[in-house]
Amino acid sequence: MSSLHLMIFIPFIFAIIVPFIHRQCIQRVHTGWFVLAVPLSILLYLIPYIRAVSIGKTIQLELQWMPSLGINFTAYLDGLALIFALLISGIGALVILYSIYYLSKEKEALNNFYVYLLLFMGAMLGLIFSDNIFVLYVFWELTSISSFLLIAYWYQRKHSRYGAQKAMLITIAGGLAMLAGLILLSIITETNSIREMVSMVGESEKHKLFLPAMIFLLLGAFTKSAQFPFSIWLPDAMEAPTPISAYLHSATMVKAGIYLVARFTPVFGGSAEWFWLVSGAGIITLLYGSINAVQQKDLKALLAYSTVSQLGLIMSLLGIGSAALYLKTGNESSVYAFAVAAALFHLINHSTFKGSLFMVVGIIDHEAGTRDLRRLGGLAALMPVSFTLAVIGSFSMAGLPPFNGFLSKEMFFTSILTLIEQPVFGIRALAMLFAIVAWTASVFTFIYCMILVFKTFTGKHHPEKLDKQVHEAPLGMLVSPMVLASLVVMIFFFPNVIADYFLKPALAAVVPGQAGLDIHISPWHGWNAEVIMTLGVIGCGILLYRGLKKWLPVYQRYPKGLTFNHLYQLTLEGMEGLSFKVTKRYMTGIVRDYLVYIFFTIILVIGGALWLLDGISFYFSNNAPVNAYEMGIVVGMIVAALTVLLAKSRLTAIIALGALGLLVSLLFVVFRAPDLALTQLVVETVTTVLFLLCFYHLPELRREKSKLRFKLTNLLISLGVGAVFTVLALSANNHRFSETISSFFEDSYTLAGAKNMVNAILVDFRGLDTMLEILVLAIAGLGVFTLIHLGDSGQAVKSN
Amino acid sequence: MEILMSLLVGLFFTIGTYLILSKNLMRIILGTSIITHGVHLLILTMGGLKNGGPPLLGESFAAFTDSLPQALILTSIVINFAVTALFLVLSYRAYKTLGTVDIEEMRGTADE
Repeated sequence: MSSLHLMIFIPFIFAIIVPFIHRQCIQRVHTGWFVLAVPLSILLYLIPYIRAVSIGKTIQLELQWMPSLGINFTAYLDGLALIFALLISGIGALVILYSIYYLSKEKEALNNFYVYLLLFMGAMLGLIFSDNIFVLYVFWELTSISSFLLIAYWYQRKHSRYGAQKAMLITIAGGLAMLAGLILLSIITETNSIREMVSMVGESEKHKLFLPAMIFLLLGAFTKSAQFPFSIWLPDAMEAPTPISAYLHSATMVKAGIYLVARFTPVFGGSAEWFWLVSGAGIITLLYGSINAVQQKDLKALLAYSTVSQLGLIMSLLGIGSAALYLKTGNESSVYAFAVAAALFHLINHSTFKGSLFMVVGIIDHEAGTRDLRRLGGLAALMPVSFTLAVIGSFSMAGLPPFNGFLSKEMFFTSILTLIEQPVFGIRALAMLFAIVAWTASVFTFIYCMILVFKTFTGKHHPEKLDKQVHEAPLGMLVSPMVLASLVVMIFFFPNVIADYFLKPALAAVVPGQAGLDIHISPWHGWNAEVIMTLGVIGCGILLYRGLKKWLPVYQRYPKGLTFNHLYQLTLEGMEGLSFKVTKRYMTGIVRDYLVYIFFTIILVIGGALWLLDGISFYFSNNAPVNAYEMGIVVGMIVAALTVLLAKSRLTAIIALGALGLLVSLLFVVFRAPDLALTQLVVETVTTVLFLLCFYHLPELRREKSKLRFKLTNLLISLGVGAVFTVLALSANNHRFSETISSFFEDSYTLAGAKNMVNAILVDFRGLDTMLEILVLAIAGLGVFTLIHLGDSGQAVKSN
Repeated sequence: MEILMSLLVGLFFTIGTYLILSKNLMRIILGTSIITHGVHLLILTMGGLKNGGPPLLGESFAAFTDSLPQALILTSIVINFAVTALFLVLSYRAYKTLGTVDIEEMRGTADE
């Protein structure tokens, strides 16, 4: 157990302690103050590693879990994991601080909140540090579960439960697909360690399971990171408390898919399929999210769609960057590797500004009592600090200087333009389209950022629409977004600190061939295409924002039936309805129907096997002869059996059955089985007596009034069963694998001192059968006794 | 003989199955009894028929009929007797409680 493992387990350990702390300090101190220690200690623990990692060190520590299955918790710390770990712990600390002021300690079940949050934090840390794919999957599912719990934190609300269910169904489905992909990967590479997989790239690419593994893995990543068309769960996850939206659904959990793609880029990155899938999905998501964000009326929904779109941007950059692995080395490759750096840089930036924006929206919600854009307006004078924070966050998201979003947006344009200048994988025809889509999405991004700021904070204030007297939030609530916003500005002025300490080592992890690449980020490169694109974005964005009223109604024209939410609903209801229908159809509750299924299956399986395996054979050479006496017995039996079948009265049926039994014992006599004949005779007599006893109390056997179809089905099934068993008996008679072992029993006198072989078998050679058969009789006797003496339960239903 | 027995067994299975598929509990019990006879005869037939004297060492035969199937059938007869007895008493109880022997009417109570 190394200190690194301990750090990952601290949140879990603390999650166990939280309820006890909560019970001790309920109503006095907010539980969050104690929880705050966890991310802070993790952060302090990680800081010393930054320098070591930045000069190319990696740390790998193993903790045995299931060594026999090759599943050990190997913690692996490199640049990529470090970026994520710092985001998780840093933003985690800020979110907890914010939640201390956001959630009231009188009204809310805080212990649940912090337990779930800590579970999530631990799961997320485990996910990014595990080198073993199966351990990674375990933590992946843990994040899904804790996220589900957090979305449904206010479980009294229908919407929360709906959103949680939706998020769970989609992310768990993706997680299972990912598990399939991981298993395929482990089959291809015969290892469970990501490190070792990276070193075997050349061989694994030729494997026929390579593409399925890739697609399954990407399904997991796309569902988690809300890529098109799986993005529908994210807007509904906004029912969670705002600190959770800020933490899970902007900064950390939705980046898990990004992490997965980045982590497996060295494994899959050299192939065209990966390039197209990842960058294509990303670019579509970018456009879809930004277009949808513009029409939202709820601030959190707007931020949700903007998150979707920004995740798409990062994903597309990772896809473009994967081409660097295809080109392996040289200048062309490093141009593409630049896209990966852009992706990681934007990932950091997005976490900062999106976290702060969510917190600001939470503050507005807290102070004004609503997040509805139609009721808000003119809050700038009332909430100056929040206004400032919102401006910083939004303008950074829109990609304006002097904020960090500007830098990563420029890098994004650079990477897109790279596609035009140095096409790979036959993208020449589509490169221009990529650029246009990216630019359009940026325009829409600009528009919704403006909506976010100006529709909320400027214009006219309508106190009559709000339930509360609006005023600035308490300082404690503002601290966290302030910290994040100051980061937003600082990263703009000192981007190369980030580049040197974080991006370079992370780049080495994602694109190993370009480890020595020098990334230098500067805000100004002179008048180049990127700057012109940015100016175009700003110009078009302002024009379109001015004319918003004219073109926004276009959204109303889009049919509701064609949205993915609608599709999801239809699928869910359709599946439920269908399964209900199917079950109702065959689970009738009538015993006879189930018997029909069973007999039909018998005919199908046994008959089918006989037919397919050429088991049917009629070969009669060793048959015993038939004499008239035996023929007479057989005819008598047929008559008796048919009488039982056709009898209209109880007595006839019982007598016929008794006759049948007696004829069977006669047959036993003919077939040289004296003991059997004796037993059969006695048992038949007693059984007949029993039948008479019981049937005396039961009603008369009336002819059944049933439909012809019913009878016909029964007849067909019975004939089938009879035919199958006849053929089986005839065929088996001629298939003797080996001689009988009964010659052994012929020594029964010397072995057991018995001259009656059958009796010797029953009590000596195979005595156990007899003992248990006695037990069966005893149990049946007890059962009969109990049934007869059981008092009437008093619910006799006398029907006529 | 074996062919005849196989056909007889098939007939027993047919009649027994037809009875078991009916709605009346009493017919179902009759059906199980007939199927049981079919099974016993099938086991005996499979062991080969009449290829020697009865399995008693006191008699001096050149060959004996296979004794193992006979032991198996003996066990089966007894077990089947126990099950039939229980089944009969159960149906009697069911009729007393529910007032019907039609299994389609035995669908549980509304609150089940």
